[in-house]
Amino acid sequence: MTTGILLQIAQTLLAILLAPLLMGWVNQCRAWLQGRSAPPITQPYRTLRKLFHKDAVIAHDASPLFRFAPYMIFACMALAAGIVPTIANDLPFSPAADVIALVGIFALARVFLALAAMDTGTSFGSLGARREMLVSFLAEPALLMVFFTASLISQSTELPIIVETLAHREFVIYPSMAFAAVAFWMISVAENARIPVDNPTTHLELTMIHEAMILEYSARHLALIEWAVALKLFTYSALGIALFLPWGIAAQGDFNALPLAILALVAKMALGGAVLSFMEAISAKVRLFRAPEFLGTAFLLGVLGMLIHFLLEV
Amino acid sequence: MEIYWVLGIPLAGGIFLALWGCRKHAPEINALFSLLTLVAAAVLTARIVAEGPMMVGGEGWFFIDSFNVFLVTLTAFVAFTTALFSRPYMRIEQEHGRLNAHRLRLYHSSYQIFIAAMLLALTTNNMGILWVSMEAATLATVLLVSLYRTPASLEAAWKYFILCGVGIAQALFGTILLYFAAEKVLGSGGTALLWTHLNGVKAQLEPTVLQLAFVFLLVGYGTKVGLAPLHNWLPDAHAEGPTPVSAVLSGLLLNVALYAVMRSKVLVDGALGNDMAGNLMMGFGLLSVVLAAFLIKRQTDVKRMFAYSSIEHMGLITFAFGMGGPVANFAALLHMTMHSLTKSAIFFAVGHATQKAGTQLMDGIRGLIKTNPTIGWGLMLGTIAILGVPPFGVFASEFLIITTAMHEHPWATPFLLLALGVAFASIFGKVQPMVFGETELPRLSHQPALAPVFIHLGLVLMLGLFIPPYLAGWYKQAAQLLGG
Amino acid sequence: MSLTYHLQVVNLLAALLLLISFAMLSQRRIIGLVTLFAWQGAALALSTAIVAWSTGQHHLYYSAGLTLILKVIAMPWFFYRLVKKLDVDREVEPMINIPTTMLIGIVLVIFAFNLALPISQMSGTVTRSTLGIAMACVLLAFLMMITRRKAITQVIGFLAMENGLFFAATSASYGMPLVVEMGVALDVLVGVFVLGIFFFQIRETFDSLDLKHMEKLKEH
Repeated sequence: MTTGILLQIAQTLLAILLAPLLMGWVNQCRAWLQGRSAPPITQPYRTLRKLFHKDAVIAHDASPLFRFAPYMIFACMALAAGIVPTIANDLPFSPAADVIALVGIFALARVFLALAAMDTGTSFGSLGARREMLVSFLAEPALLMVFFTASLISQSTELPIIVETLAHREFVIYPSMAFAAVAFWMISVAENARIPVDNPTTHLELTMIHEAMILEYSARHLALIEWAVALKLFTYSALGIALFLPWGIAAQGDFNALPLAILALVAKMALGGAVLSFMEAISAKVRLFRAPEFLGTAFLLGVLGMLIHFLLEV
Repeated sequence: MEIYWVLGIPLAGGIFLALWGCRKHAPEINALFSLLTLVAAAVLTARIVAEGPMMVGGEGWFFIDSFNVFLVTLTAFVAFTTALFSRPYMRIEQEHGRLNAHRLRLYHSSYQIFIAAMLLALTTNNMGILWVSMEAATLATVLLVSLYRTPASLEAAWKYFILCGVGIAQALFGTILLYFAAEKVLGSGGTALLWTHLNGVKAQLEPTVLQLAFVFLLVGYGTKVGLAPLHNWLPDAHAEGPTPVSAVLSGLLLNVALYAVMRSKVLVDGALGNDMAGNLMMGFGLLSVVLAAFLIKRQTDVKRMFAYSSIEHMGLITFAFGMGGPVANFAALLHMTMHSLTKSAIFFAVGHATQKAGTQLMDGIRGLIKTNPTIGWGLMLGTIAILGVPPFGVFASEFLIITTAMHEHPWATPFLLLALGVAFASIFGKVQPMVFGETELPRLSHQPALAPVFIHLGLVLMLGLFIPPYLAGWYKQAAQLLGG
Repeated sequence: MSLTYHLQVVNLLAALLLLISFAMLSQRRIIGLVTLFAWQGAALALSTAIVAWSTGQHHLYYSAGLTLILKVIAMPWFFYRLVKKLDVDREVEPMINIPTTMLIGIVLVIFAFNLALPISQMSGTVTRSTLGIAMACVLLAFLMMITRRKAITQVIGFLAMENGLFFAATSASYGMPLVVEMGVALDVLVGVFVLGIFFFQIRETFDSLDLKHMEKLKEH
């Protein structure tokens, strides 16, 4: 039990610390693919340090919610990161928070972000909040469908058990998971404000979604939000790995597998980040009106995955 | 052995005409090949009548019994008379500049291939090959329907191809299901789709699968029969294609498609032991009869009108087959014959009439009796015959069907009578001015080839007055085979 | 789940076929559609070959080869050329918007799965569970045919339907007898050939391959 708790804390800390690194890696890859000279991989850490050293400027009309939101968002993301098995399958938190709770935690963070964005009453803030809500209300059911497919296979909604079923039992090809994987990829792209749904580097009012919401933030608040964004990307990547590439995650009580698990995690994350930036480089951002179609397709694939599970795998 | 001749002659004709069909005498060669096919079919028939059903080739690739040999003869006969009719008809079309020699070559070649495909569909013992040849028959006629290359004919051909393609795909699925059921009883391999083998073990076939298979087969082949609600292609294809093609489509192809349905029905009845298949056929048949009868009323194009009349009659035949039993089957077979002969005769007459008037619109065709009495009489008699006026044979078969329906399914009778009444009133009302109306047009300069019309109508009249005993016996045998 | 690995691969390919069917429904460009059609043929050929290998049904190899030659190489090549020659690779306009089409597609899939369930329970083949997918592919192709206006898209829909039927035959009963399969393939080939001629005729007459010009003949 104690080892479990230790592992749990270690995993959460690992996620918090490694998250900016993943972000840095994705940015670096993207710069390479676009033929620019890349910023160093540690750039996000420097940005965070810089932001933490600045003085925060807050609008006069801002309510306490505006100050409180970044902490809440960061806490939500840290909690979410703690639920997802990254290196070991030994998570004492998991019985208390399964995948459905995970979706809820993401939603909670999003609600605070949207409220904070509208709090100052700027037009960009509410515009961004509205768009974010549009995207997320479509992405959430799709994400649930993906989780349901995985849960149907493993007969459980707890991530460690899902990982246990997929990684440590007899190897079986699940066609339904192939559908779920594609759906999950699309949802992750949308939820993490990447191309083709949103562009993390743009500040063009016609297109931005996420950036529009955090325009009013500065200094440590902005740092926390940026960190939370990195954590979200990390959590989604870890989720993807846990659901679709779980091999390498150490089984319960298997300490000898830990070093290997860390290596596997780093390798898979690096690969995932590279693929993400590659996909971003080759695709164009779609108009906002197309986003529902994009996510509708993700939902459809999730549903198909479930149907296929019932047909082929029962 | 004759069977190979029956199939080989039209096939060879198709190839020959594809290569040398540009020559001047292609129409005569076409007719010659059709005649040879007819002779071969007659010899085959004589042999079947004398020796009973037979299986030919390998593991029994071809199977001929009373049911299909009668259709083989009918097909070869109508194909021959149509070839006779098309000889002068197509020549005039060419003179009018609607066709050139290349298209005529395409026409003759496709015509023979089409006949070959239909004969193969009728004689094959393999349900899979039956499907293949039905599809081949469709493909052979698609380019015939669009022969004139007018926008309307292209549209009709496209509709024909796509609708029948979809339909025939359903039939393929039905065939797959049939094979799936058969394979468990007969083992996998080529013999599991042979109809004779299937017929032998039909009681052991899985009912659930066959039920589903029949639905698909009926919808699939039913599309080609022209059953409502999948009949849309039929009027267009008939109206826009050359008249000889309309004649063979109506007179032959629809029969062959219905033949495919019947072969499936025999198997399904055996497996299910209930009336599911029959009821479905009755439903589709009745719907087609009623729908077509009311649509006839609204037609302005003469070929379209008779195409709808074909839907009506095919619906009636399907209904009769659906009722089952020796009398209804007998009546349906008789009606099949009568309809083929009469309808092709009508199309021959209509072809000449439209060629003369230069339009297919009924308002533009007037006073045929003055401009050309033979065409006028041919059309009038044909119309009277198809409407079921005694003493023509159609009356006999329709009478039999309706009395059987009264006896076994009284609820359907009012619908049938109403539909037949509506069809009668509308067709007669429209044909009457065409034949007897006033006209300024001069007499026809050339002599139309109307011998086929009067041969057909003569036969229909004869069969209405007197069915030779051997022919009646033959029909009865066929009716028996269909589960009487 | 006690299926051997190659059959799991067949299942995966079946799922892939379904996915491609959906992708075809959502595809907006004709060239993209042709490419997807080729991929569908490839998945079909591969799965047929795997079934042939794992069950020892040798005639399925021929059928797989036939699929490969006809539907992966010959027909897509033919369509590519046709699209280039006729210059029709603009956006295909669906009659119903694409998300709605997709939703209808989902309903069709559920319907097909339900329909296939009693049959696949009866089937003795190891690939029986894919029958539902085959039926779903057929229905989706049918949906594509009725919601698209361009002549070429309708034909690709028709051929995709044929793919689904082949797959159904393979999964329900290890394919049809060889002679039938050859016949079907011949028909399909001739059909595509006839259509090629036909496209040119349509194009010549209407100056477009859009079927909206072809709505003159109505039931009066």
